[in-house]
Amino acid sequence: MKVAEEPKVGVYVCHCGVNIASVVNVKAVVEYASTLPNVEVAKDYPFMCSDPGQNIVIEDIKSKGLNRIVVASCSPRMHEPTFRKALERAGLNPYLLEMANIREHCSWVHEKQPQEATEKAKDLVAAAVAKARMLKPLETIKMPAVKRALVIGGGVAGIRAALDIANSGFEVYLVETRPSIGGNMARLDKTFPTLDCSQCILTPMMVEVAQHPNIKLLTYSEVKSIDGSVGNFTVKILKKPRYVKEDVCTGCGVCEQKCPYTVPSEFNLGLGKRKVIYFEFPQAVPLKPVLDRENCVYFKKGTCRACEKFCPTKAIDYTQQPQEITVDVGAIILATGYGLYDVKSKMPEYRYGLSKNVITGLELERLTSATGPTKGHILRPGDKKEPKDVAIILCVGSRDEKHLDYCCRFGCVAGIKHAYYIVSHIPDARVTICYTDIRAFGKGYEDFYARIRSLDNVQFIRGRPMEVFEDSNGSLYFDVFDQNTNRLIRLNPDLVVLETGVVPDPSFEQIATVLKCSRGPDGFALELHPKLRPTETSVDGVFLAGVVQGPKDIPDTVAQAGAAAASAIALLSRGEVESVPNVASVNQELCSGCGVCEPICPYTAIVLEARNGGRVAKVEATKCKGCGACAAACPSGAMTQLGFEDKQIIPQLEVLAKGR
Amino acid sequence: MSKPKVAIVLGSTCAGCDYSLLDLGPTVADVLASVEIVYWPTGADFKLSDLESVPDGSVALTLYEGAITNSDNEELAKLVRRKSKAVVAYGSCACFGGIPGLANVSTAKDIMKTAYVETWSSDNKEGQLPQPLSKVNGKHLELPVTYDTIRALDQVIPVEYYMPGCPPPLSYIEQALVAALSGKLPPPGYVFASERSLCDECKRTKEKKNLTAIKRFHEIIPDSQRCLLEQGILCMGPATRGGCKAPCVDNNIPCRGCMGPTPEALDQGAKMLSALASILALDMESGVSEDRLIPLIQQVKDPLGTFYRFGLPKSMFRRVIPRR
Repeated sequence: MKVAEEPKVGVYVCHCGVNIASVVNVKAVVEYASTLPNVEVAKDYPFMCSDPGQNIVIEDIKSKGLNRIVVASCSPRMHEPTFRKALERAGLNPYLLEMANIREHCSWVHEKQPQEATEKAKDLVAAAVAKARMLKPLETIKMPAVKRALVIGGGVAGIRAALDIANSGFEVYLVETRPSIGGNMARLDKTFPTLDCSQCILTPMMVEVAQHPNIKLLTYSEVKSIDGSVGNFTVKILKKPRYVKEDVCTGCGVCEQKCPYTVPSEFNLGLGKRKVIYFEFPQAVPLKPVLDRENCVYFKKGTCRACEKFCPTKAIDYTQQPQEITVDVGAIILATGYGLYDVKSKMPEYRYGLSKNVITGLELERLTSATGPTKGHILRPGDKKEPKDVAIILCVGSRDEKHLDYCCRFGCVAGIKHAYYIVSHIPDARVTICYTDIRAFGKGYEDFYARIRSLDNVQFIRGRPMEVFEDSNGSLYFDVFDQNTNRLIRLNPDLVVLETGVVPDPSFEQIATVLKCSRGPDGFALELHPKLRPTETSVDGVFLAGVVQGPKDIPDTVAQAGAAAASAIALLSRGEVESVPNVASVNQELCSGCGVCEPICPYTAIVLEARNGGRVAKVEATKCKGCGACAAACPSGAMTQLGFEDKQIIPQLEVLAKGR
Repeated sequence: MSKPKVAIVLGSTCAGCDYSLLDLGPTVADVLASVEIVYWPTGADFKLSDLESVPDGSVALTLYEGAITNSDNEELAKLVRRKSKAVVAYGSCACFGGIPGLANVSTAKDIMKTAYVETWSSDNKEGQLPQPLSKVNGKHLELPVTYDTIRALDQVIPVEYYMPGCPPPLSYIEQALVAALSGKLPPPGYVFASERSLCDECKRTKEKKNLTAIKRFHEIIPDSQRCLLEQGILCMGPATRGGCKAPCVDNNIPCRGCMGPTPEALDQGAKMLSALASILALDMESGVSEDRLIPLIQQVKDPLGTFYRFGLPKSMFRRVIPRR
């Protein structure tokens, strides 16, 4: 791939059907381009990205000896890889390509000013030619990838992804902060619209995880740091002490029975109690108890030791310490799931946290579940009586510009399911659902909605209650304006269920910061492209599964987890990662080792090496992400970003600044 | 063989560069003995006619010191260009415009007004300013025209070599003279300085560049062992060519940037500003509001004089556009 000294530039202007050509006078741009310095040939074509379009470029490179190519078309995000490959096929270094974006930056935004748009397109092409003349051939960076994956989060998304990767023969580390995997799905009694028992469909997967030879399950563990990049991440995981020797414990549960102390159960969302040494729930995986040090009398006062005394296998170990585990992985799947919107402090008007008989939908799941605090009998928390009149309020915090402006995507059908729970458990109960719109978009959801809506004792009111009140004897009441009948209706429910909004799990913020993975304004992970690359993040080799990317129901979550796993498998099975070499590069002859670059590198890709009693900067190209921070900061100009050198950008800017 | 002809000419200069020649000590005598000085008004009683009288292209080496601030400087520059085989932009003013170049924030008229009318010691009620041409007692008096825009030497005439520094380091003066004597001058465009920035020569220990505050020189007694910039003192060293062997920083004085930008830097001041912006409040970067950053950056007093002390005419800005 030799490059001749004198640049011979070919300019190719794309019509993009009518996307560009209906606004920009493509012929005029071509004519102008052919007058630019070093431009050998300028042509246009309806679809440059098509095979015939690419072939024009390839043919010209071969027959005319072109050594720089400018394609004026859409965003390089779209088709830069396409044209780079075309250059490669023609035997030219793929990085001798420069794109002028005359679609997104021009025709699409200046639809009503064709004259000016044409002039702008000319400027953009001239600037691209100015840069192209200065381009240098670069080599794609290749490095081996560690054939192992990390899945963060052990809910259904993480479980599915881990199993898919493990089943394709790669090793997976599955990290979960809670003592058991299962996530929020383990809390559900049934899943809509089929009303399958949630645990019944989840636990076989959980067990499979526990038994899978390729899965290393790290529960009660947190990711502390992630270094490196695609193909070669180094992850530090902190495994918190259970105070139970996992290899000795048989999970018999005697310790839990004998422990004399109880505290509110996190798994049951505070509705029931658990022991201080406890299993998260009966089907927990791994089926090993955890001793809650904070509340343990032995740790507080040095007495008790009941668990140790009664343990038949002598598995209790009060001396266990946190353990730091370092693993190298090639790909990471984020599946940190969700938390509920903080209705208690953000929306006190609904009296959640003030009145015991105002609960969340997830709490109702625990009250309905056979493994829940009421053993599957729906009893209202205030007085442990069966509620006879239940109000379910949808969109609590969701689709509300004062709170969360997005839809939670499962609240409606969950609410409908919750109505079903009530009327099937308590046949003489009445349920009123206060909704904004019923969004029953999933497969089979509409049927389910119709079925529940047809029940005599379930009533739907289109309206959002403003405020829930509680009178002096503890009865709840609220008014809601029914938009369907134009009437203000007063309800006197004995239980209010709030279908609360969904937010990213709080743990995600730290992980996103560590990984430098982009988040949207709502805090959820930002996918690389909503349609074309929905499981990828801004960080290569980091994929998204489930609600971490945005609210989803279980089918969508599992589908995305499978897709994320497939992306990770594709990466791992290639065994090699390639990256575009727009990385920082230091001219060591010019570097004086001042050290400005080193602390600002967000990827720790710069090290200062000793040289003749002084220092000199060195860039580890495989760690560099090409952000350009060091090149901008370098006070001597020794640091450059390949493909974006001052010598390449300045001529481009000069053309744009001077005009023609 | 005749001795090589050497000229040392002065534009707008403080003549500090001249003094630095004397720092050569006894070598001066040797050098003077082995060359023929055709023009050096500060060294001896030379007249312009001496220079005018030598044949064109006969001077082996001319050291031109000072910026081009007026028509006189420009004429002289053009004259020595004609007479010389090689011209050295000698010192920071000739190389980059230097301290006089800071006048590019103003105009000739405003500077004259400041100098002749507005100072406390001015006694000039009529507001008279020097004029290029004036008639005194029936005779015409001519003064050079002061330019609005101060230029470096190579913005007026082609220049073979650059020897930056305020004044240039002795070793390079020696190197250039020896080269001229032996007829072995380097290729045109050569800069008599290091290719690397000053930090390469600075012996201070460098740890982590994370500035939490910017300190003016009187506000701190700097640790004599540690990087001045890391102590919050604006040292231009990272953005400045080395070669001077860091005498200022060795004496606890921050580098002021007289050696000019490094070979790959387009703009010394912009490079230093960019570096400073990158390392300022590094630890609190994420999510830090402008309200907190602005007071930090406002600690830089006199940014122009700090970042462009020697290089404004050769910077990307060149000058402040006067308000109309």
